[in-house]
Amino acid sequence: MRQKGRHERVARAEEPSGQQAVIRTRQLTKQYGSLTAVDHLDLAVQPGEIFGLLGPNGAGKTTTILMLLGLSEPTSGKAQVIGFDPTRQPLEVKSRVGYLPDDVGFYGGLTGRQNLRYTAALNGLDRRAGDERIGGLLEQVGLADAADRPVEQYSRGMRQRLGLADALVKDPSVVILDEPTASIDPTGVAEVLDLIRSLAHERGVTVLLSSHLLHQVHQVCDRVAIFRSGRILAQGPMSKLAEQLAGGAVELEVGVDGPADQVSAALLATPGVRTAVRDPHDPKLWRVAGAPSIRDRLARDLAARGMSVWQLRRIGDDLDEIYMRYFAKDEVESGRAA
Amino acid sequence: MAALPEAGAVPVITAPLPARPPRGGWRVVAAKEFADGILSIRLFILIALLGLAAVAAIYSTATYVRGNAQAAAGATGLFVQLFSNQPSSSQVPSFVALVGLLGPLLGIAFGFDAINGERAERTLSRLIAQPIHRDDVINGKFAAGLAMIGLVLLAITMLVSGVAFFVLGIQPSPDDLARLAVWYVVTLVYLGFWLAFAMLCSVVLRRAATSALAAIGLWIVLTLFTALLVGIVAGYVAPVDTSSTVDQQIANVQTQLDLSRVSPGTLYGESGAYLLDPTVQTVGIVPIDQQGDPQALPSALPFDQSLLLTLPQVVALLAETVVCFGAAYVVFMRQEVRA
Repeated sequence: MRQKGRHERVARAEEPSGQQAVIRTRQLTKQYGSLTAVDHLDLAVQPGEIFGLLGPNGAGKTTTILMLLGLSEPTSGKAQVIGFDPTRQPLEVKSRVGYLPDDVGFYGGLTGRQNLRYTAALNGLDRRAGDERIGGLLEQVGLADAADRPVEQYSRGMRQRLGLADALVKDPSVVILDEPTASIDPTGVAEVLDLIRSLAHERGVTVLLSSHLLHQVHQVCDRVAIFRSGRILAQGPMSKLAEQLAGGAVELEVGVDGPADQVSAALLATPGVRTAVRDPHDPKLWRVAGAPSIRDRLARDLAARGMSVWQLRRIGDDLDEIYMRYFAKDEVESGRAA
Repeated sequence: MAALPEAGAVPVITAPLPARPPRGGWRVVAAKEFADGILSIRLFILIALLGLAAVAAIYSTATYVRGNAQAAAGATGLFVQLFSNQPSSSQVPSFVALVGLLGPLLGIAFGFDAINGERAERTLSRLIAQPIHRDDVINGKFAAGLAMIGLVLLAITMLVSGVAFFVLGIQPSPDDLARLAVWYVVTLVYLGFWLAFAMLCSVVLRRAATSALAAIGLWIVLTLFTALLVGIVAGYVAPVDTSSTVDQQIANVQTQLDLSRVSPGTLYGESGAYLLDPTVQTVGIVPIDQQGDPQALPSALPFDQSLLLTLPQVVALLAETVVCFGAAYVVFMRQEVRA
């Protein structure tokens, strides 16, 4: 409740309306004892889009996914997947949604093909139709040659790709992928991302994926929700998130020569500057935050004081910095805002 | 290619239903578990181990009977007595006692890693994300375990019957066969208890090794220390000393008997004695003055009377099995997937 106002404002801002969402949550909450893993979550995923849940480990991404699949019961709030309530109609949801768990596992003694056959049988596919499908999928994920080897001989990347095939055995209209690119090497990642893209854009499958890897989410997702401590901090297309984050303020990296106390005083004396912090690694670098106008003023004012500015760079534009600002510095910022 | 729509397909919100509506998921789980189990080294070891012990037991009894062919001639239910009687001269326990003793190993072997094994391989979340109910997993595994135990038990019983047949050349009467059949079912219930207990351990305990240790621990404690523990408790409840009256002593023994019947092993042993030895008319306390002439040939009970006598044990055993499985079921259903 403490953060409700702020969180609702952010979440509502980017929710497209008018279309029937494939996945929708309303005030979805999960508590484990006193720990709130997912905190009043509002989420809407549109048909055919690739939606990314981005956040550090322990942000509540997997818990959210488990609730969407009916594998975990929400403490309060509602979820709807393809028009079904996962808590009340789990089989309806589970027969239409393919799921790749985080750190997916298979029966080591069985071959890749046998593992997929079990999944096919559990989905009520008959043997012939299942085998045909499985053959095609194994080819698609590049495991055709390894299909009849026991899974215990597979590398982690191969398991991950088998997991992707496993999620597709039931011919789902929605796939939920929990950290789909974890433990795959870079070329493998590109292949997996291609596969995910073709699923959504060519076959109309809705994809919800979670990741803590920003670059990959950026490459493949149409929209992103940034998660932290069970709350969505921001939601929308990647490009908009950067703007939303900045909230009219800029952060600059300023390289200045001169005694620290004088530089600090000079920086803070500039109108519009809110904070000026010395970089812990390089004593000549300062991180300055404030109104957008400070960029020009700083260059002028510092020069007027006889300090030479050898670097003046806006930070927060590149992905890693967006990420760092949301996660690493969020604590500091929310502390200051409060 | 029908299963894989080509590029440019119109986005769909709801998928067509699978060819067959997923029903009876437990059967799919059971079939997979059974197929895994039947090819496992585990099963091979158990059959070899129990088979050897069983043949030794039956051979010892049969040899004794053959040595005393004169006395044995005409005795009723001789065939089933081969399974239940331990000659006083023999160090090898009877077949029934042996199953009571080693049988739990079968149940434990097929249950101790049922659920935590899936967790360890990280297949559980993938499994229950398929369109089956969560209880299909535990039901299917229990059914498959019981089927495998039933198979091993059947194989061993038939092996032993064959040996008995060769050594003695006695043919079982219909009465014998009926007794054996009921004994088989009761044994399944007894081993089902251990399967259910091992599965409970596998649900509660995260590691398969810990779970096996817990299950084997209970098995050993019940096997070796039931008498000791029961004696201690009965000593408090109904104390006896050298000056005790007969009534006090009977009260003590009765308490011991009642307490020991909490153990499924005791229940099973008593039931086996009734079922496979027609001469057994009671497993309770029989004062010496009512035992009659010990030299006289005891009269044999008909099958239905033996069955009636052992009904309480069978019902109690069934109840314990159901409670154990119920506990495993409830805990599993309430558990978080990631717990």
